[in-house]
Amino acid sequence: MKYIDEFRDQALAAGLARAIAHEAGTGRDYAFMEFCGGHTHTLSRYGIADLLPPTLRMIHGPGCPVCVLPIGRVDMAIRLALSRPEVILCTYGDCLRVPASDGLSLLKAKAHGADVRMVYSTADALALARREPGREVVFFAIGFETTTPPTALVLREAARQGLANFSVICNHVLTPAAIAAILEPPGGNAPQAVQIDGFVGPAHVSTVIGSRPYEAFASTHRKPVVIAGFEPLDVMQAILMLLRQVNTGRAVVENEFTRAVTRDGNLKAQALVAEVFEPRPGFEWRGLGTLPDSALRIRVAFTAWDAEAKFDLGYTPVPDNKACECGAILRGVKSPIDCKLFGTVCTPETPMGSCMVSSEGACAAHYTYGRFRDLPLRASDTATPANQDTA
Amino acid sequence: MSAVKPGYARPLDLRTGRVGLAFGAGGRAMAQLIAELFARAFANDYLGRGDDGAVLPAPGPGERLVMSTDAHVVSPLFFPGGDIGSLSVHGTVNDLAVMGARPLYLAASFILEEGFPLADLARIVESMAAAARTAGVLVVTGDTKVVEQGKGDGVFITTTGVGALPAGRDPGGARARPGDVVLVSGRLGEHGMAIMAQRESLAFESEIVSDSAALNGLVEALYAAVPADAIRVLRDPTRGGLASTLNEIAAQSGVGMELDEAAIPVSPPVRAACELLGLDPLCVANEGQLVALCAPEHADALLAAMRAHPLGAEASRIGTATSDPQHFVQIRTGVGGWRMVDWLSGEQLPRIC
Repeated sequence: MKYIDEFRDQALAAGLARAIAHEAGTGRDYAFMEFCGGHTHTLSRYGIADLLPPTLRMIHGPGCPVCVLPIGRVDMAIRLALSRPEVILCTYGDCLRVPASDGLSLLKAKAHGADVRMVYSTADALALARREPGREVVFFAIGFETTTPPTALVLREAARQGLANFSVICNHVLTPAAIAAILEPPGGNAPQAVQIDGFVGPAHVSTVIGSRPYEAFASTHRKPVVIAGFEPLDVMQAILMLLRQVNTGRAVVENEFTRAVTRDGNLKAQALVAEVFEPRPGFEWRGLGTLPDSALRIRVAFTAWDAEAKFDLGYTPVPDNKACECGAILRGVKSPIDCKLFGTVCTPETPMGSCMVSSEGACAAHYTYGRFRDLPLRASDTATPANQDTA
Repeated sequence: MSAVKPGYARPLDLRTGRVGLAFGAGGRAMAQLIAELFARAFANDYLGRGDDGAVLPAPGPGERLVMSTDAHVVSPLFFPGGDIGSLSVHGTVNDLAVMGARPLYLAASFILEEGFPLADLARIVESMAAAARTAGVLVVTGDTKVVEQGKGDGVFITTTGVGALPAGRDPGGARARPGDVVLVSGRLGEHGMAIMAQRESLAFESEIVSDSAALNGLVEALYAAVPADAIRVLRDPTRGGLASTLNEIAAQSGVGMELDEAAIPVSPPVRAACELLGLDPLCVANEGQLVALCAPEHADALLAAMRAHPLGAEASRIGTATSDPQHFVQIRTGVGGWRMVDWLSGEQLPRIC
C-alpha cells in the first residue's frame, strides 16, 4: 500500500535503530513521553522496544481518549440509556467496554435492555436520527481535537435541519491542557511528576490544531516536542529527532509529520469547533483530576442538541477502584506491570480500569502485545545469543 | 398440466410468498415446504424417504466416525462470495475436514422468521444444495421451525455433519511439538472483511469477496502428499481468525509459536480495510482457509501440495512451534521487532482515532 509500506520498511527501521543507538550512546538515560495512545499502540504493535537501546525509555502519556474518560461520564450515559426507553445511545466502539459503576459498561447496559449502538462516524449517528424520528438518538462524543470537528459538524447540521430528536453528550477534551497537567501537576504535586526529556507529539490532533500550541511547552519548560505520524518509522524518526535536540541542548517544536501537519493546522476545522463549542470551566480527567479549560461544552446556541441540558443529566464523580493504578499510569508515573491488578483480575476480557480497554491504552497494549517481555527470553533468543541484546 | 398438486390447495409461491407460522407447525404447510423446497434441492435417497432420521451405511473397515455441528447466524444473509446457505455447508464440512475426516452426510436445521420472503429462502436453499454437491456431501435429514416476526433474524441454520476418518489419520490440537512448521493455505481475513464491509455499508475501491469454501478436497490432497502422521494439527481459522486459532493450538499442545509477519498472506484490499478500521487482519474471520502444523521434514512437501490445489495457491510457511512454557504466540513484525499475537478479546472494535 503506497504511503504505508514506505513507513514500515525493515531496512530503513534497522538504519534508524542504528542511528538512535549511536545518538543515545552518551552514557546517560533518556525518557520520552508519547502523548498519544496511537503512538503507544504503534510502539507495541511493531515491537519497537526491540529496536531501541536500553538507556532509552518510552513513557505512555494520557492521550488515549477512552482512558482519560472518568467513570462518572460513562455512568451518565448508562443512566440515560437505561432510564429512557425512547433513547438510542450511540458511540464509537472503544467506548462500549469502559468499566463504569455497578459492574456495568455500555455493552453490559445493552444486555440489560438499553438500546446502545456502535457507530463508525458522527454522520452515522445523525443518519440514525433521521431514520428513527420516533426515537431520541443521543451521540456519546469522546476524543481529543481529532474527533471534535466531526461532532461540531453534525451538531451544526442537526440545527440546520431542525432535527429535534438528535443530541450529543459532549466529552471532548483538549490536548494542550493534558500536556500542561503532566508538566505542572495540579496543586504543585511535584513528587508525582515524572522525569521527561521530551514529547512525541500527537499526529491526528496536530492536523487540526497545528504545531503552534506546543511551542509554549518547548520554550517555558525546555522540553523538545517532535510531532510524529503513527507509522513505525515515523515514531522512530521522531525519537531520533528528540535525541538530537536533547544532545545539542535545544528544546523546540519540530514536525516529523510534515505530510499532514502545518504550524497553524486546519483553520476551517478550528473555526467550526469554535462556532459550536466553548471551553468548560472545569472537567474531570481520569488520572489527572479536574483541570480548568481542558474540555469543551456545547454553546448556548446549540442547547437544544445538548443532551446534558435536554435530559437534565447531572455529573457525579466516581472514584476509581483503589487498587487500580490507571491514574498513575496515565501520568507516566507508573507502568502497567506496577499495578497489582495487571494481568490478574484486570485483563482485556475483564477490564477493571480504562487503560485495559482500548488497544491504545497502556495496559491493553502491553498485555496484548508486550507481556512476553516481562518473562524470560524467547526460545530462539537462547538458541542465538547474538539476539539477546534486542529482547 | 395443472399447477395444483394433489393434496395441496396450490404450490408454494417461491417468488413472492413469505414464511408463515404454519410452515413450522408440523402440518400440511410444513410438509409442502419440505417437499417443494428442501427435498427437491437436496434430493437424495436418504432424505427422499422422509423419515425422522436417515439410515446410513457404516464406514469402511478401520475407519471411525467423526461428527460435528455448527449454528450459523450471519448478518447479512447474502454477502459477496456467498450466503448463509453455502456458509452453513462449508462451516460443518470444514470442521469435519480439519479432523482429517471425509465429510459424508449433513443434517440441516432451519429456524425461519415469520414473514421471511420465500424467494430468499429458496436462494439460500439452492445455494446450500450447490455447496453440498461441490463438497460431495448429502443433506440426509433436517428440521424446520418458524418463530414469530421479530424473534429471529430472517434465517438461522444449524448443520450437523458426519464424516469417516480413515485409519492412521489423527490430527488434533494437542499434537503440535516444538519444531513443527506452521502453514496457512492462503490470504487471511477475506470473509470477515467482506461481511463487515457489507454490514457497515463500507464501500471500498475493490470489492472484498468472502473466501467461503469447502476444504475437504484440499485436506485429501494434503494426506495424499505426506505420511498421515506428519500432519499434526489441522484447523480452519474461523471466528477469532488466525490469532485465536494459533493460541488455541499453542495452549492445547503446550507449545509456543514464532511467526514471521512478512510471510503471512493478506490481500491489499483487506490490509487497507483493516488499516482504515483499526483492525488486525490476524483476528478477522476466514471461512475457506486452513492452518496446518506439520513435522519439519515434511513441511516442503505439504506446502507444495497446498500450492498445487486451487484453494491453496497462495499457501505460505508462516512460522514454527517452539518450546515455551507460557504458550505465547509471538511474531516478528515487519520492522523487525517482536510482539505477541494474543487471543482476540471480545469482538474486534474499531479504534476511535
